[in-house]
Amino acid sequence: MNKVLLIIQREYLTRVKKKSFLLMTFLVPALIIAMYALIAYLSVNGADKATEVHVYDDSGIFTSEFKNTETVSFSAGKTSFAAAKKEAATNEDGFILHIPKDIEQLSKVELYSKKKVGLSALSTINAQLEEILRNKQLKDAGIDAKTLATIKPDISIDSKELTAEGEKDSSAGAAYAIGFAAAILIYMSLFIYGSQVMRGVIEEKTSRIVEVVISSVKPFQLMMGKIIGIGLVGLTQFTLWIVLSTTLVGTAGKILLKDNPTSVKTEQVEGKQNKAIAEASNNPALTVINAVKTLNLPYIFACFLVYFLGGYLIYSALFAAVGSAVDNETETQQFMLPITLPLLFTYIMSFSFIINNPDSSLSFWLSIIPFTSPIAMMVRLPFGVPDWQLALSMFLLIGGFILTTWIAAKIYRVGILMYGKKASYKELAKWLFYKE
Amino acid sequence: MLSIQHIVKQYAKHRALDDVSMDIAKGSIFGLLGPNGAGKTSLIRIINQITAPDSGDVFFNGEKLNPSHIAKIGYLPEERGLYKKMEIGEQVLYLAQLKGLSKAEATKRIKYWFEKMEMQGWWNKKVEDLSKGMQQKVQFVATILHEPELIILDEPFSGFDPVNAEIITQEILELNQKGATIIFSTHRMESVEQLCDSIALINKSHKILDGKVSDIKNSYRNNTFHIEFTGQFPAEKVDLFTIVLNQKPQEIQIKIAEGKTPNDVLNFLLPQIQIQQLSEVIPSINDIFIQKVSN
Repeated sequence: MNKVLLIIQREYLTRVKKKSFLLMTFLVPALIIAMYALIAYLSVNGADKATEVHVYDDSGIFTSEFKNTETVSFSAGKTSFAAAKKEAATNEDGFILHIPKDIEQLSKVELYSKKKVGLSALSTINAQLEEILRNKQLKDAGIDAKTLATIKPDISIDSKELTAEGEKDSSAGAAYAIGFAAAILIYMSLFIYGSQVMRGVIEEKTSRIVEVVISSVKPFQLMMGKIIGIGLVGLTQFTLWIVLSTTLVGTAGKILLKDNPTSVKTEQVEGKQNKAIAEASNNPALTVINAVKTLNLPYIFACFLVYFLGGYLIYSALFAAVGSAVDNETETQQFMLPITLPLLFTYIMSFSFIINNPDSSLSFWLSIIPFTSPIAMMVRLPFGVPDWQLALSMFLLIGGFILTTWIAAKIYRVGILMYGKKASYKELAKWLFYKE
Repeated sequence: MLSIQHIVKQYAKHRALDDVSMDIAKGSIFGLLGPNGAGKTSLIRIINQITAPDSGDVFFNGEKLNPSHIAKIGYLPEERGLYKKMEIGEQVLYLAQLKGLSKAEATKRIKYWFEKMEMQGWWNKKVEDLSKGMQQKVQFVATILHEPELIILDEPFSGFDPVNAEIITQEILELNQKGATIIFSTHRMESVEQLCDSIALINKSHKILDGKVSDIKNSYRNNTFHIEFTGQFPAEKVDLFTIVLNQKPQEIQIKIAEGKTPNDVLNFLLPQIQIQQLSEVIPSINDIFIQKVSN
């Protein structure tokens, strides 16, 4: 046992001491923060200049009714339409909107420009045209503006889950996001740390140090020591990422909060002028935070750890077996398929099916079978999973781990001492039944 | 010290060892010889408990081989390997701890050996920065650090220049004088003659020869003599001697017939030629090896 600890210690320390580990530890949270910062920056400063639209309104319905937005500003055409059209062919900026006299019959306008029209500008113009025209038509039909303002149904669905403790706010959106993130994280980390195990085994085999080491310890001890050591590296990395990200986000949050009062004010001012913006000012960040709060995060995090560890132990044992069967990394390809396939399948199924049908029977089975459950269950979990299913899934996960480790150890102990022989699946099967 | 009895080891289609038995005396230097693929490595792996035999037993100091013996054996495999990216000191420390030494004790001994083998200042170097010979030295130290009772050296001299090979030879002899039993597997027959007390020869999974080096050599004496002379050497006389080798002008090898002595031959030759030297040809281990294996 003492020797396994020594092996774990070596595997752990040599990796944690590496510069690349330090780099990954700081780079990944930094990249995430930088990405958020970039998105925030772009959403604030992205729209550099409002698109100018010169309106030539032959119908006389629209001109005074257009409202300027952040992206589009309207102005009445100064010259005649024909002249403006000629000019537009050479003029870089500005669009010419021509509204025909019989717009109500035609339902068609023309927009001229030298540049291509952006999608958002186009939809803004379209929406305003439609609204103005509808208002006018309603007024014509005898409904006055005041009545119109009061008839504006706005329904938001407040979904509540019925649980033993009573009603509970639930949010499909947040569940969606958390499931999504957890599944990606598990999928990636199984590959990252699994292949680290594989490379470690190949390194020991090709450098022949394995022969010295297993004259001191059993091959199984060496394999488990390596798997556990690298697993701990993974856990350390996750912990550091979470700690670093939360501190960074926390600090960033505080800085943002300082700016908040002014931004709220401007929103309100604009809100009076523009309904669309007023609607958006129901602080979306707050909504997300509240939605996430409705999920039991410590519970999900605990399950994440269980499924990461379970999945990691299952797959890294297989990775170790593959590493032991080959002489160098290029030969691993032929054995990778059975490992990659279930993972990739679950990954694709997760985002195309499970996340939309978390309680279907296919989703159920995928989250029960140990080879697919680490990813599938993490997707289902935020939507709520009955305790018995979770228990069964975890029980089978442990069973799967014992089974794969047993198989992997049998292949491993023969494989690490076989040099220069290309192994086939048939050969691997034979190794399973070798006596020691 | 080590008694190997009726070992059989079967791989899928290939029988690596077939009913191999041998005894290795305490305090001896034992040469394990055989051509490539004969089964030496399989036997060494069984002694190291890396693999187990299909049948047969190994006894270590009279006890059946068990995991407690691992700490008493030091093994230098033919294919050398160290962790390329690890620092030398840390690495030897790790290997010594795996053999059961405490960290403090291991550190002390590593310092002692690094000094003895002129390896001071290597502690923080990485393996990939060392030459092949230097790596061998590191591995040799790692093999003997836990002061094993039995040291198994598979081709210990490969990769060494003559100076370092001599240093290693002296260390092996010193360890042997301090009581360690040494199993020595090599293809360099001159070092076998120089070092080994006893040998065993394995060929095609079978042990075909074993015993004390001197006994084996004696048993392979076949009354062949080397003569240096001047004059005209007489023709063969079948009832007295036959000529074995006659390549150089003033040298010849003869085989004396059954029941005759060198004196009989001298009596016959002396009147005819001037004899400068007469000596018995004792077969070298190399000759015996080739003779046994090519049969």
